[in-house]
Order: sequence, then structure tokens, then C-alpha cells
Amino acid sequence: MSHLSEQLASGRFVVTAEIAPPKGANLAPSLAEVKKFVGITAVNVTDNQGANMRLSSLALAAQLQQAGTETILQLTCRDRNRMALQSDLLGAASFGIENLLLLSGDHSKFGDHPDARPVFDLDSVQLLDMTAGLMAGVDMVGKRLNGVPNFFPGAAVNPAAEPFDLMFQKVLKKVDSGARFFQTQSIFDRASLERFMAAMKPLNVPVIAGVLLIRSAKMAYFLNANIPGVKVPQALLDRLDKATDPLAEGVAIARETVAWARDLCQGVHLMTLGHEGKISAILA
Amino acid sequence: MIISELKPLTELQQTLSEFDKLFLVGCAACATTCKAGGEEEIFKLQEWLVEQRKEVTGSVVIDEACHIMRSARDLRHHRNALQEADALVVLACGSGVQSVSSNVEKRVVGGLNSMFLGNVRRFGQYEEMCSLCGDCILNETAGICPVTTCSKGLLNGPCGGMEDGHCEVDAELECAWRLIYERLQSQQRQGVFARRVPPKNWSRRRKPGRYRLKNGGR
Repeated sequence: MSHLSEQLASGRFVVTAEIAPPKGANLAPSLAEVKKFVGITAVNVTDNQGANMRLSSLALAAQLQQAGTETILQLTCRDRNRMALQSDLLGAASFGIENLLLLSGDHSKFGDHPDARPVFDLDSVQLLDMTAGLMAGVDMVGKRLNGVPNFFPGAAVNPAAEPFDLMFQKVLKKVDSGARFFQTQSIFDRASLERFMAAMKPLNVPVIAGVLLIRSAKMAYFLNANIPGVKVPQALLDRLDKATDPLAEGVAIARETVAWARDLCQGVHLMTLGHEGKISAILA
Repeated sequence: MIISELKPLTELQQTLSEFDKLFLVGCAACATTCKAGGEEEIFKLQEWLVEQRKEVTGSVVIDEACHIMRSARDLRHHRNALQEADALVVLACGSGVQSVSSNVEKRVVGGLNSMFLGNVRRFGQYEEMCSLCGDCILNETAGICPVTTCSKGLLNGPCGGMEDGHCEVDAELECAWRLIYERLQSQQRQGVFARRVPPKNWSRRRKPGRYRLKNGGR
């Protein structure tokens, strides 16, 4: 059993963080960066994040896992068909990777290879279903596996999405398909997270709230314009605009978010984007 | 119908640089309706080619260029002009270009890019609503196709990029899943939300497509 699944099961508040594989084959900086993560249960390894081509998430996750860092392997449907997804999941299991975050993936349009053909042979619900099948010892066509993988599959959600009821229909499908935890898109607004957690309550599936460290007003405007599902509210934009030390203000905002997320959720997922040194300040 | 558009003239100029005498072929079906390969466009192309110091030996607008036999028949009527030409320029969809190229020995230059199977919103405005996937789900999705109108072709609801009911890929585009959900609600049924839709059977779309009516269609 992964530490993540144990801690969530025991009701301990978990903290996850994330790392993006490098653009290139040199893993040394990534392996060094992970050492700065303190008080973290598991580290998400992103999969061609934002549709930008990078070293494979599986390769970095495997190396981290073997070096003793527990990972959450992110896997998207954008770049692989159902055969490649199954192969990669079995490969992940062979490296001892258990935690998964199974995603549809940002559209290729957003990244550095906009001319690439987006695959989406499966969607995230079907990817979860397939993973449940692998865990039951069969592939998608019902063939038996020699060596059954043990996964802790998770899914993503944007709690602030509108229309809420429509978004939640998909959450229900993901739970039916075996999602054992959710990690959320970056949250900024307590009321919308409260509404989401109220709807989640009967499902009894833990939610790890996404907390993004915004280092400047400029970054916030960029996120609002370019990152699907991320909307930094005006009140926070104003705070960042006025701040003499925007990074310190960003850390303060993240710390406040973690504080109210502690009341509502089962964990937080910190996205510090190169400011891993600030994690202890955010968790303080 | 098949929506097509004229290739960039710079590209055509380059492709045609090795030829002096050209025969022009249009199509009276889709390419005419979307103003890419009808009488008018053939005429404009002829004028442009003359400006490029090319000789046009003749032209024809085939009834339906995708009809292989009919294309052969219409081309036969222009045997002399065809013989004079170094190459044919075809303003029809890729399907029409291949009807023509399968009927003549000469080089065939396609002048259009074929884009999609389009519905006509109003004159000059076309929208893709069906991607001919061979495994139709419309009866569960209130008559709105997610395979085509969801940018990712998802089958089980919207992605995390939906913002205020719009698509992450194009903010002008309404999220297909929002439209499906709203129409199902107005029909007071659950439709596709009542089940987890299994992965699509893409073997129905194996290329190249072949179809034959049973008993020869009798």
C-alpha cells in the first residue's frame, strides 16, 4: 500500500507537491529539486504538462520511486492510445509506482507542439475503468495478466467549474469507475470549495485541494488568459498588484488557502513551480 | 457536404511551375456550394493562370466529381483539350481529385484543401457536426455529437477545461457537453449520463472505408 493511500485512509491530512520532468534527458536537476520537498507525502510527476513536450513522466517517476520518493504518476489520454496507456501502466507497476492521477489532458493546442494530432482514444472515465480492469488482472480485451498491478487511482476535478451540476455528473462517473481520491484544479475561492465538498460528502472519496503559489500579478493574469480551468479572482489580483513583495504576498495567499482547505478537505496539493523552498512557509 | 478551400496561390504557383498548358476541372456539387470549385472559381483560376503566363486548353465542371464513372464520362467529352494539356488542375475535394486522377494518365494537381463534412449554418458559414466515425452515439446525446463537437471527442462528460460552459480550445465555442446536458434536461431524460460510455469502437472507422449495398442495392 502506498503511503498516500494509507494516510488518506487513516484520516491524516496529506500534502502532495509536484514536479515537471525536464525538457531534455538530464534528470539531475529534477532529482535534486525533489530533495527540497519537506513534509510531503507524495510528489505528482506531470505528463507533458500544458501539452509541452518533456521527458516522460513514467521515466522520472520510476527514478524518483527507486530513489525512495513516493510519486503520483500523472497519465493523460492526449498522447497515447489505449494500448500505449495500458503498456505504460503495467510499466509503472513494474517500477513500484502505485499512485496515479488519470487525466484527459490539456489540448495539444496549448503547448509547444500545436500541430500534433491529439489522441484522446480514451477519456479519463474510460482510463479509470481500464485501470480497474488491470487491477482485477485483465486488460481491456479481457486477456489475463501475468502479474497483476496494484494501483491507487486518482482523478482530477475543477471544483469551481460551471455549470456545477454538469461537472459533478462526471465526478460521479469517475467515482463509479474507481477513482479513490481527487486532486483539484487550483482553488482560490472558499465558497466554491465548500459547495463542492458538500456534494462530495456522501461519496466518501478524499479530496486533495490544489494550491498554487502565484509569484506575481503578471503570472496571475497569464494564468487567467492561458490556463484552462484557472481563474484567479479579482480580489487576489488586487492584492498581488498592490504588494511591494509579490512573492511574499503569493506565499501569504497560499498559506491562507491551505488554512481553510484544512477545514474542508483531506489534503492539499502544492504547486510551487520552482519555489519549493517556500513549501514550509506555506504549510506553517 | 464536403467543405473545401483554395490552396494558397503561392503553393499552387510552385506546384504548377513545371507545366505550361493546363486543363481545369471543377465540381458542381459541394465545391460549387462552398464557392471553391464551381464555374465562377474555374473562371477566376483561368484568369489567374493566364496572368501567370500559362495556357488553359479547356475546362469542365463535373456534376459530382466524387462519382468515378461520371467523371470519366465528362472527361471523355474533352479528350482533345485534355490531350493538349501538360496537366489537369482540379478544384474539387480530395475525393473528386482522385476520381479524376484514376481516369487520366496525365499529372493531376489538386487545387483545394478538403476540410470537413460540414453543415451549412447560412451561406458561406459551415460547421462540422459529424466526423463519420461509424459508431453513432447521437441517440444518447440528445442529437449533439460529442465525438465531433467536443474538441477532445470525450464520451463521458466535459473535461476540466470547461469554463462557464465554454470550451478551453476556443472560448467562442460552447462546450458540447453543456449543450448535450441542457438539451437532455429539457427533454427530462438522463441519456448518456445514465451510464459510463465504454471506449469507442474505432475498427468501424478502419481506413480505407469500403461499403457495398447488399444484393447490389436491389
